[in-house]
Amino acid sequence: MVGTSRLQLILAHLALIAGVAIMVLPVYVAFVASTHPGADFLAGRVGLVPGPDLVANYRLALGTGSSTAGIPPVAPMLWNSFVVALLIAAGKIAISILSAFAVCYFRFPLRVAAFWLIFITLMLPVEVRILPTFQVVARLDLLNSYAGLTVPLIASATATFLFRQVFMTIPDELTEAALVDGAGPLHFFWFILLPLSRTNIAALFVILFLYGWNQYLWPLLVTTDASYYTVVMGIRRLVGAAAEADPVWHLVMATAILAMLPPVLVIALMQRLFVRGLTETEK
Amino acid sequence: MQAKRVTFPSKITPYLLLLPQVAVTLVFFVWPAGEAIVSSFYAQDAFGLSETFVGLANFAALLRDPAYLQAIGVSFVFAFCVTTLAMGLGLLFATAADAVGKASGVYQVLLVWPYAVAPAVAGILWMFMFDPSVGLVARALRGVGLSWNHFLDGGQALTLVILAAAWKQVSYNFLFFYAGLRAIPLGALEAAALDGAGPWQRFRHIVFPLLAPTSFFLLVVNLTYAFFDAFGIIHATTGGGPGRATTILVYKVFRDGFEGLDLGGSSAQSVMLLLIVIALTAMQFRHIERKVSY
Repeated sequence: MVGTSRLQLILAHLALIAGVAIMVLPVYVAFVASTHPGADFLAGRVGLVPGPDLVANYRLALGTGSSTAGIPPVAPMLWNSFVVALLIAAGKIAISILSAFAVCYFRFPLRVAAFWLIFITLMLPVEVRILPTFQVVARLDLLNSYAGLTVPLIASATATFLFRQVFMTIPDELTEAALVDGAGPLHFFWFILLPLSRTNIAALFVILFLYGWNQYLWPLLVTTDASYYTVVMGIRRLVGAAAEADPVWHLVMATAILAMLPPVLVIALMQRLFVRGLTETEK
Repeated sequence: MQAKRVTFPSKITPYLLLLPQVAVTLVFFVWPAGEAIVSSFYAQDAFGLSETFVGLANFAALLRDPAYLQAIGVSFVFAFCVTTLAMGLGLLFATAADAVGKASGVYQVLLVWPYAVAPAVAGILWMFMFDPSVGLVARALRGVGLSWNHFLDGGQALTLVILAAAWKQVSYNFLFFYAGLRAIPLGALEAAALDGAGPWQRFRHIVFPLLAPTSFFLLVVNLTYAFFDAFGIIHATTGGGPGRATTILVYKVFRDGFEGLDLGGSSAQSVMLLLIVIALTAMQFRHIERKVSY
């Protein structure tokens, strides 16, 4: 910025360090808690210094859980979350890029109607139609299945608009050349549009993977069978169990750390794609 | 909405391409939303066997229900506090990051990652810190003579979920404010500095107006977040309580629908929420249109 004095610079650094501290503190506290034996909690021995049980706690949380406290193992939940996030991200991208291709590169009678139908999904988040959507999914016999966890969430107006924006910047000369060469629309889509949208797809994938991983309400509604729990919604069961039985905060916090590790790693490792995806989809 | 100038002549292909998206939208969006709207005009008997058309009676009952009015109040307090806190801190950190120049990249990495934490998990992290018997912060507060128990004290419970919700949302606001600040032409700031404008005047007369579109966009996004996405935070931590102190509208729809099994009332609440989403989407859409016309 212009004319930043030394004092202002120091203040800026201080503000940012304080900000980072606020961001890190809850996670650090959780991490410390996840390294202590369960008995340390009520004894008040859990502060800001990690304990000795890091490996034991995580092994317990991942592998066996705690049958006495009614805590299921976390590893299968992580796997479910991974599958669900992957299916949601891939599904949203696939059906959105096809729709964007259709409304951009063809003229057909119901084009505008299709556009509005897709647009309408923006106004109908799952929170608004909780009960009836649940009933529809139950009627289709999709409860406790990966299909039920993912398909109802994969319609996406924002992804469709994003791809439409990308396609509108692609020169018409390419389409003309394809037409002259006698290439069909699917050829054109596969060999020209898809390669040209590669970065946008990657950026969008990062955002949608996080979206899928962090779903809470929907998995809560459509799963009653513990083998389909995702970790973000399953963690709530642990808290419930923790409130009743012996303190199992160490397992709850280990699960919390495990639940946020994959998405945080995705952001940290793919910072550039993440920022790009975020700013693009929200325009 | 325009298409490309050059298009393919196929007649059937576009329909096939649209089929998956349209099918999912019709089955999982339009159909259930339609059912919600229809059943908001009906009342069911105690056994769910018969339905009677009651017109707007469900809505009238809703607006007379003190529990619903309280949920509206809680929602607005919650949304206002979360939005103010998250946007204020986001702007503060963005301004600071903009001022430190080169080192800002490191800060960006360190500030942005909470975006990846699920609201429910964020809620649980904060709940643990404030846990009355084992939480670090609760113990510290007790040390200074403030007894903390969000299981009993409604105000404290609301404070807790506000803190957790805002904590998770700061990074988002930071990113957009930071991008907005970086897009401000340096020349304008230099010229103002040469004319003797201090930092505050530069912020007030140049930065602030240029950030206004970003702020408006973020306002809508934050309100949407507080009204809808915060469900996970509430459900995973306070469960709407103690009493109804943290029952926001989305949580009430869920509870009345799934635990109370009140189809008509829950549907009427869904329709009310639908109106809120439509208002927020319309605001956002106006913003997009304005940006396009620049």
